[in-house]
Amino acid sequence: MFSLPKSHTKFSCVSFILSYLLLSMLTLSAHAGMAPEPGDAKIFLRPGAIPQPSHNLNTPERVQLGKMLFFDPRLSGSNWISCGTCHNPALGWSDGLKTAIGHNMKVLERSTPTIINTAYQRLQFWDGRERKLEKQALGPIVSPGEMAQDLDELVKELKAVPGYVTLFNEAYPEDGVSKVAIGKALSSFQRTIVSQDSDFDLWLKGQKSNMSESAKRGFKTFKGKARCVLCHNGFNFADDGFHNIGLPGNHDEGRYAIKPIKVLKGAFKTPTLRNVALTAPYMHNGEFSTLEEVIEHYNSGGTKNLGNLDPNMQPLKLSKKEKSDLLEFLLSLTSEPMKISIPQLPVNH
Amino acid sequence: MKTPSPIIITTAFIISCFSTVINSAEITVDQQDKQFMQGGQLVEKISINVGDKVHFKNQDPWFHNVFSLSDISTFDLGSYEKGKSKAVTFDKAGIAEVECAIHPSMFIEIEVK
Repeated sequence: MFSLPKSHTKFSCVSFILSYLLLSMLTLSAHAGMAPEPGDAKIFLRPGAIPQPSHNLNTPERVQLGKMLFFDPRLSGSNWISCGTCHNPALGWSDGLKTAIGHNMKVLERSTPTIINTAYQRLQFWDGRERKLEKQALGPIVSPGEMAQDLDELVKELKAVPGYVTLFNEAYPEDGVSKVAIGKALSSFQRTIVSQDSDFDLWLKGQKSNMSESAKRGFKTFKGKARCVLCHNGFNFADDGFHNIGLPGNHDEGRYAIKPIKVLKGAFKTPTLRNVALTAPYMHNGEFSTLEEVIEHYNSGGTKNLGNLDPNMQPLKLSKKEKSDLLEFLLSLTSEPMKISIPQLPVNH
Repeated sequence: MKTPSPIIITTAFIISCFSTVINSAEITVDQQDKQFMQGGQLVEKISINVGDKVHFKNQDPWFHNVFSLSDISTFDLGSYEKGKSKAVTFDKAGIAEVECAIHPSMFIEIEVK
């Protein structure tokens, strides 16, 4: 009977084990798919704690008061519109409308931006006209087209509600029921409205994730050929910058009205892409209903309007597959919605 | 006292101008990581002399702008890409606040002495 020399048998066993290990690694690697690039986690994962100003650190009392004010229609002149009317948590903290509807059902010029991750924004509103969230929070309340409320009148109304007087005194004993405290409380609540981990984040962390291979390719395209990352950068996928992205339907000067610099004509703040699948329609004027339309727009390179076009805009020549991958990537930025309960508001007696 | 001749006045003026040109410095400020930087360090304020020229060089992969609406100097250098540089000569004393219109977090104060 033929038998292998002992040394040959040993060699065959080692070869078999090595081959098995190699095959296993290849299988595992194919299963794991495309891995994030070094540095991606640092750029795109949440950077530590939510930023808060030292003069208005969040406390449970402040957040609770802010939440009540946020959902209270008495903040408007008509007593009919609350902040939550337009920034509806069930609609990605926006309103699902092309452009907002304000006081007396007036259709406004700009769409309602989501308030997800406003804590991370350096400038507020589409045109960045306010830096501090505390001041931004009062803007829509006094805007004649939006909530059309007089702030002195609002303070008077709130002082007449015993429940609110107690809540204000507990949250802001130094300010009591006041315009300042209204702004502070609303912004304290807004700072709690943040995106959670999405499939994209879990993938970056190396945890179990439903990030598809198409979405991973889409991320690569996002950073590369599609050039999205030139503006949609960092954890919040926003550069805190202003760009005219060449929307064919734009007639709004945007940031130029705040800073009359040529490059800002028709320029608007880069919005976050976190939970972007939940916040249609898109762009400052709600021009696009779907993310597919948005991708097609960027692929076209945009159209000069008001004599301006951001120089980062240029035709991308994306293939059908690249566009579909990009869409998958944008969908992967959706996180579990925050669990939010609508508060019982203090009554008028 | 005898009045200096026009030739002497003109010569003195030319020498004075020439000396300003000779003494004026050229300073470079980088636009990097959406900040104004010098030598890789964030710089929020620089001091220069009247007549100095400041070059603003874009080192980022995206476009930047440089503008100022200050009393001593109003300019808009437009937007330009990585590797390009544009310069401004500051010929009045005072404070110039310089920003990037595209990225408003970029800010530098230029003290002109």
